[in-house]
Amino acid sequence: MIRVVLPYHLRTLARVEGEVTLEVAPPVTQGSVLDALEARFPMLRGTIRDHVTKKRRPMLRFFACEEDLSHEAPDTPLPEAVASGKEPFFIIGAIAGG
Amino acid sequence: MSTVRVLVGTRKGAFILSADGKRQKWDVSGPFFAGWEIYHAKGSPVDPKRIYVSQTSGWFGQIIQRSDDGGKTWQTPGSSPEELKGPEGMPKGESNKFVYDTSPETGKPLTTHQFYDGTQQPWVFKRVWHLEPSLTDPDTCYAGVEDAAIFRTTDGGKTWHELAGLRAARGSEWSPGAGGLGLHTILIDPKNHQRMYIAISAAGAFRTDDGGKTWKPINKGLHSLYIPNPTAEIGHCVHRIAMHPSKPDTLFMQKHWDVMRTDDAGENWREVSGNLPTDFGFPIEVHAHEPDTIYVIPIKSDSEHFVADGKLRVARSRTGGNEWELLTNGLPQENCYVNILRDAMSVDQLDKCGIYFGTTGGQVYVSPDNGDNWMPIVSHLPPVLSVEVQTIQ
Repeated sequence: MIRVVLPYHLRTLARVEGEVTLEVAPPVTQGSVLDALEARFPMLRGTIRDHVTKKRRPMLRFFACEEDLSHEAPDTPLPEAVASGKEPFFIIGAIAGG
Repeated sequence: MSTVRVLVGTRKGAFILSADGKRQKWDVSGPFFAGWEIYHAKGSPVDPKRIYVSQTSGWFGQIIQRSDDGGKTWQTPGSSPEELKGPEGMPKGESNKFVYDTSPETGKPLTTHQFYDGTQQPWVFKRVWHLEPSLTDPDTCYAGVEDAAIFRTTDGGKTWHELAGLRAARGSEWSPGAGGLGLHTILIDPKNHQRMYIAISAAGAFRTDDGGKTWKPINKGLHSLYIPNPTAEIGHCVHRIAMHPSKPDTLFMQKHWDVMRTDDAGENWREVSGNLPTDFGFPIEVHAHEPDTIYVIPIKSDSEHFVADGKLRVARSRTGGNEWELLTNGLPQENCYVNILRDAMSVDQLDKCGIYFGTTGGQVYVSPDNGDNWMPIVSHLPPVLSVEVQTIQ
């Protein structure tokens, strides 16, 4: 199972607390994790990546294993620790403005 | 007894203020969607329990929320497994999907539009500024968006489709105002539903007579010194337009300077600023039962977006413009420096028409007597972006 940590407002939107766990068939990539997340929580579509282009929204970043993975291609395999469920995949909003 | 429900959109969430017809004691609920900018919330005139909300943020983009029980509970339409499904059998979750229509069947080429520096820039969807539910069907609602376009849902907000004919009305010449290229006003003619009016900051006003398939600019008579051709057909910064349902050919406009009026569905406009202390402002509204009684809230200037002289004054004309009186009873007359945004004023339908407005200082005021006297309903909300009032019979 893949663990995903959502930012506060997306947890509220999805009506979840804490981490989200998802079943993701290999290969476990940014793209396949987000596909699974959006399938389970359709209200999150368009809030993390653009509906059409699937590009990450500019004020969000992806982290895992203390690395910023935001600029990795969506089909790049995520670290083994994420794929095994040992480490979560973080979706983090920019700490910006009021 | 009738009740009123005031839907307030703020920079940090939505609030619902409720009272009986006396409009003296208010219940406050919220914040709903706490932390998000709520650009607009409006109820269906057909089913007052049906409310649509534009929830938006720079981080996460656009969300459309819908209530079917008068604001007690909310959902993003089409997001539950039982609802709209895609070909893979999964919910499509497209209630916040606003894509400009370039299809050969119904779309128009997505060209570019002017930008502040005179260059051409591509159309990019940013947010929904205004929601206008249909006068006849609770599942139909129009959305005015930025970059300016008009969308419509006919399935209760689950999906939205652009009425692309609007962009064909010289969209390449449209240029944003300081707040963005937003379509902020949508008015439906109650006597002829094929006719609608919209206004864009800062392209001007437009009208359709065929249900949104084709549009034409209706800006003749507007005079704006800040554009290269002050009487151009396109490019005026229209702040807001209001209409009384009994006289849909008569519209009142608050422009970037000037209050204007047309009596021929926008074919010709004339200035009715008259004796206003300043004719700069954003919202404009019409009394529920007196089609020639209109309200504006003057602010100092286009450089100083707050009320003049530290005084919050609502201006009322009972003659459809030109002759204005300033209403101040119950409003602060010193040390007040708030603004009132274009969608932040509304009226109820009670016999003694109630007028409501919200400020950037977080106050929402009501006058239960046509504007003669005012009182604050709430005083410490986040900056108010929009106010709409439902009268529940």
